[in-house]
Amino acid sequence: MSTDKIPTVVVDDLHVRYKLIRGARAGSAAGALLSLLSGKSPGQLIQSVHAVKGVSLTAYAGDTIGLVGRNGSGKSSLLKAIAGLLQPSQGDVYTASQATLLGVNGALNKAVSGNRNITIGGLAMGMSRAEVEEIRPGVIEFSDLAEFIDLPMGTYSTGMQARLRFSIAAARQHEILLVDETLSTGDTEFQERSQTKIRSLANSAGTVFLVAHSQTMIREVCNRAIWLDQGVIKLDGETAEVLDAYEADIQEKKAARDEGN
Amino acid sequence: MTGKSVNAIIDEFGLVSASKIPPLGSYLKQTWQRRDFIIELARARSTAEYSDSMLGRVWQLLTPLLNAAIYFFIFGILLGTKKGIENYTTFLVAGVFVFNFMQVSVTLAASALPRNLLLIQAIHFPKLVLPLAVVVQQIQQYFVSLAVLIVIVLLTGEPVTLMWLAMPVVLILQILFTTGLGLIFARWGANSRDINQLLPFFTRSWRYVSGVFFSITVFTATFAEWISTVLLLNPGAVYIDLVRDSLMTSQTNEPIIWIMGVFWAFLFFLVGLIYFHRGERKYVN
Repeated sequence: MSTDKIPTVVVDDLHVRYKLIRGARAGSAAGALLSLLSGKSPGQLIQSVHAVKGVSLTAYAGDTIGLVGRNGSGKSSLLKAIAGLLQPSQGDVYTASQATLLGVNGALNKAVSGNRNITIGGLAMGMSRAEVEEIRPGVIEFSDLAEFIDLPMGTYSTGMQARLRFSIAAARQHEILLVDETLSTGDTEFQERSQTKIRSLANSAGTVFLVAHSQTMIREVCNRAIWLDQGVIKLDGETAEVLDAYEADIQEKKAARDEGN
Repeated sequence: MTGKSVNAIIDEFGLVSASKIPPLGSYLKQTWQRRDFIIELARARSTAEYSDSMLGRVWQLLTPLLNAAIYFFIFGILLGTKKGIENYTTFLVAGVFVFNFMQVSVTLAASALPRNLLLIQAIHFPKLVLPLAVVVQQIQQYFVSLAVLIVIVLLTGEPVTLMWLAMPVVLILQILFTTGLGLIFARWGANSRDINQLLPFFTRSWRYVSGVFFSITVFTATFAEWISTVLLLNPGAVYIDLVRDSLMTSQTNEPIIWIMGVFWAFLFFLVGLIYFHRGERKYVN
């Protein structure tokens, strides 16, 4: 890699472990007391997941990186760690500025209106009230939710929530933007508009990480792709090369499964 | 990697760790920059709280009034606790309002982080804003209650004295203390829902030892002196007594109560702030 590129994200031997609370333990109060006395948590079944197992990478200004891999390969955990929304259990992530994550969770506060969520989202990202008012008309227009904007966000569909959230974040220039499947929840027309937006963000010297169901979209938008498999990087390189290898692997596994049947 | 060490790249391009806690100074600066965010969260909570009820914000006034009426009926009339207290109505209402502010703030602060999980998982910001928003919202509610209290004070024939000027100071001290205690509970409550089960027992016990509806001096007259001293110096009793002292001519405090009022305020505010800041990275997983 050439030395004149400006690194914006450095991931250094990153490990992410998190605890999943798998619901309440069944049984009686007496049983719960007994398990407490024997040193176990009586209330919860906890499972530890080692989602990312030693990932290292450097992303540069102008990079648009597609992340591919099966469910549970650690794509979302990696993005959350870069955004500072998950604490690494080992290793670290270094960024040039605070990364913004767009995830499937669209609503910030379901009890209040979409309009109020624009305010909350903008202020949380560190904007001033004046800046929020400046972006508000554009956000409402881009999200195409004008007639619903004063309704509580709890009444929105998942797609509408994601649209509003994307529009809030896209209203501003980001040096580092992380997109996690958000686009797949909007309708086709919105997907097209958001793809255009992502391209323009990437062109304006930002760094974009993209997790999408659609590999076509990754091929169209990304200049680099990373294939994650069970928490480690299997391949990191040109989009076409990585996706070809990934798709070949899927076909291979599928063929093996069909043979087994 | 380019062959350069990670540390060299980080230094050369000024990259910042996403997982290390920023120093207290810049943490407070980031929080201050988001002061509008704190106010917005407090407002959003008030809106959500009152939007379901027909009377809406009238409850902000009705709740403290009903509380005061019930306590007056039970403790003043049925149980006759007012023995030895001049102007029991004001004495009681002041106790109830001053204590409720602390109790509700601390209780809501304990669940401030779990309640805002959607926001925490979506956007990176100093989590200090969440318990602070709770306190800001409660301060607003407290001021409505205090306006009711002032009316009761005047209706029960208390004169306006120079001591009223002490009220702003008392309130600032009480708010500092409450914020600090709230921050401690906010950190405990962030990772353990068990705290929220235990908290009602703690606040109820605290209410009973803080002289909300009786005079500690009269009540503990037959007890060992240290019991009376401990009860009188506990922060709950201290702030209640300082408000009563400021608004009622029949209530006067030893200077030690004022000293304790200042002491608890700064001790808890500083300890709470530092303790909450130290846990910043624990709030995300």
